[in-house]
Amino acid sequence: MVIYGVALLSFCMLVGVFVGDILGDLIGVQANVGGVGIAMLLLIILSNLSHHKFQIGSATENGIHFWSAMYIPIVVAMAAKQNVIAAISSGWMAIVAGVAAVAVSFAMLPLLDRIHIGEKDDS
Amino acid sequence: MILDSLVDVLTKNALITAFAFVGILVWFSYELSARLTRGHIHGSAIAIALGLVLAYVGGSITEGKQGLADFSLLAGVGVMGGAMFRDFAIVATAFGAELEALKRAGFVGAASVLIGVVLSFVVGAVVAVSFGYTDPVAISTIGAGAATYIVGPVTGTALGADSGVIALSVAAGLTKSVLVMIGTPFVAPRIGLNSPHAALIYGGLMGTTSGVAGGLAATDPKLVPYGAMTATFYTGVGCLLAPSVLFLAVRAIV
Repeated sequence: MVIYGVALLSFCMLVGVFVGDILGDLIGVQANVGGVGIAMLLLIILSNLSHHKFQIGSATENGIHFWSAMYIPIVVAMAAKQNVIAAISSGWMAIVAGVAAVAVSFAMLPLLDRIHIGEKDDS
Repeated sequence: MILDSLVDVLTKNALITAFAFVGILVWFSYELSARLTRGHIHGSAIAIALGLVLAYVGGSITEGKQGLADFSLLAGVGVMGGAMFRDFAIVATAFGAELEALKRAGFVGAASVLIGVVLSFVVGAVVAVSFGYTDPVAISTIGAGAATYIVGPVTGTALGADSGVIALSVAAGLTKSVLVMIGTPFVAPRIGLNSPHAALIYGGLMGTTSGVAGGLAATDPKLVPYGAMTATFYTGVGCLLAPSVLFLAVRAIV
């Protein structure tokens, strides 16, 4: 049943966000620490289980695939509700800070990605 | 009268209106992609860019903070593009992701979050100093804003920064997220963003969930779960480090 997939997804997200909130409280920050990441991990682990007790049927899968496919349209909607004006009109300093942070982070990616190549050569 | 009842229907069914609206927007973008760029610029990249342009237009007409969603007709866009649906869809993309790729990049992925937060903070702080800020609280808040637009205000509030500085930090974070959304598909080939491993690191370095989500969607949807996974830890780590260790470091140096 499709609803099983949607419910499984909801379960993962609620558990993840709940754990993330508690983590945030424990560390003492006013933010959710990795809630969505924990939810994703949970879903990956559940979907990689191929137990005879826990099998995800194809209709159940459809319930999850639907939301996965809705991801890009949702991102488009998210883009359309950004406060772009504030980003552009707040003066040069904010823009320079944002642009510089992105440029430096982009430049860092090839350096860190190389660590993977090193590991691969060893094995 | 017909127009009135049409507006009434669209407003009452805001979320459904948003589905239809975004559907048309995405269709239009894919047509543009196929006809004008012969598929060179991905349709989803165009759709996201158009979304941002519309957000600008919406913001300048309504003078609100929610882009298009400030038009009452399109309020549903705000719900559809809000954090709840965004996170739900991001979690869904994890279905079918390889556990192996995650395990292999475990250490580098975690390191990239730490490096990403510190790097963006330092860059933001240096920019703040070069624009004449000398107060460690202001410098830290702007540095935190260069991490994400959530870390900025959280840090600023914790340190007692004034609201103008907090607004600047939000703007720095917004600039970052918009730029990551637009820039990623163009930079991706040059920085080797083409594998789950690279996407995990990229998510950790950039950290802005919305930027990473949009940027990867426009680059290669298969990479989304990997980047989104590490990105979701970024804001938490940022909120942890910026008002504490990083602020103390700034105060010691300034």
